Amino acid sequence: MDTKRYELNVQLAQMLKGGVIMDVTNVEQAKIAEEAGAVAVMALERVPADIRAQGGVARMSDPAMISEIKKSVSIPVMAKARIGHFVEAQILEALKIDYIDESEVLTPADEECHIDKTRFSIPFVCGARNLGEALRRIAEGAAMIRTKGEAGTGNVVEAVRHMRTMNRETRQLASMPVEEVTAFAKNNGIPHELALQVRTLKRLPVVNFAAGGIATPADAALMMQLGCDGIFVGSGIFKSSDPARRARAIVKATAYFNDPAKVLEASMDLGDAMPGLEIAQIPEDQILATRGW
Amino acid sequence: MICSEALLQNRIGVLDLQGGVCEHLDHLERLGITGKRVKESGDFEDIAGLILPGGESTCLSRLMRIFGMEEALLAAFHRGMNIWGTCAGAILLATRVLGEKPHLGLIDMAIERNGFGSQLDSFYREASIPEVSPDAIPLTFIRAPKIVGVGRDVKVLLQFEDYIAAAENDRVLVTVFHPELTPCLAFHRYFALKCGALTPESLVDATGHFWNATSWTRLAPHA
Repeated sequence: MDTKRYELNVQLAQMLKGGVIMDVTNVEQAKIAEEAGAVAVMALERVPADIRAQGGVARMSDPAMISEIKKSVSIPVMAKARIGHFVEAQILEALKIDYIDESEVLTPADEECHIDKTRFSIPFVCGARNLGEALRRIAEGAAMIRTKGEAGTGNVVEAVRHMRTMNRETRQLASMPVEEVTAFAKNNGIPHELALQVRTLKRLPVVNFAAGGIATPADAALMMQLGCDGIFVGSGIFKSSDPARRARAIVKATAYFNDPAKVLEASMDLGDAMPGLEIAQIPEDQILATRGW
Repeated sequence: MICSEALLQNRIGVLDLQGGVCEHLDHLERLGITGKRVKESGDFEDIAGLILPGGESTCLSRLMRIFGMEEALLAAFHRGMNIWGTCAGAILLATRVLGEKPHLGLIDMAIERNGFGSQLDSFYREASIPEVSPDAIPLTFIRAPKIVGVGRDVKVLLQFEDYIAAAENDRVLVTVFHPELTPCLAFHRYFALKCGALTPESLVDATGHFWNATSWTRLAPHA
């Protein structure tokens, strides 16, 4: 990928700032999401809550289904490839979707290497739990970052942990004498050049969205107030009792995250949120956030 | 066209609901113009011009409607406020949007959403627009719409093979590309002159020295 192409890819993510990206599993849901004001949709066969419930190996979705969704909306369409599965990524690029999510929600295909994203023209978004992970993904060519959170739980606690961790590490780096950066970068697995850039910018050089467990307008506003640039909602919309209404409410709360009166208005009378999962109740081998290296 | 006290102000607003807001504010600042985030219906009052940024037009339009911003915007427009729409902003301003209902309808033109294809078809090129700058202007197209026809009172500023990329009437400017994503300040200067927020004597060098692709982060959330 040449520098200009990478810049265009980062810039598409910039245009999504302040918006909500929604998981959808069919054309009807994609239209509901677009109509509600989603800035993009993530096309996949099963939302994370179902992947979690059904178990087994989760792979890239059927390209025919992704293609149907792509035809039905004019907003950007994203789809997921397994961590390290560069052929799934090649297929998604050939399908000409707008963004690939190299996602821990699917079963990893490689337990050592992520996809070399610099070899693609299509942009990638990747999950991260901390600054080191975010910058390793950027070094590999990711044009956008999101927190991992814990997908499919309707529990925002992990997304909060990941965002607070990134913020804390960024502040440490930003206030550090330059000669200490080398050791900090080494200890946190951060590429040195990117560490210096974050130190200057006092934030990631690309857009950073919240993802993993966001289920209510209040969750979305919380993540925005913690400094995220926008929101991914996975299972939270189409696992709730009134998806169209909840989708609109989360869009409103994301745009007006700093205005409690408007977040209040958005939170009224939404019906039931998706059922939540306590993280401590999840067997350790079913935690998704620890996938990725 | 300056007809009220408010318009004498050197302020330009950027609609701050979703999309490329920081990028425009950054460019305005480089021209010495006070940018203002426009988020409430009361925010239109003391601005000479308004920028509708790139983002998603359905999202922007829905939020404007829900929170009564659309009426306030139209009232300010009728009082003399100028408007510039980039990309999604241009869609919001068109009188005709292919395949869907128009939104604000303030410039007589037909526009096609996402006219080039997917993100893989996003591109960068340069063009000369003598009205806007004596130098070649860098143009960044990101899932851009195409203007496919304009009315009689609309002046075409930039035309390519089968589409129009920039146009204006006496109060509204539209560009399907993103000047705020390039180092070039020429379009922001052009719009500021149109609004009276800059005078020809106060012309600032429009080459945008010291801008780089991460300049927007200055105005985005920090840790």
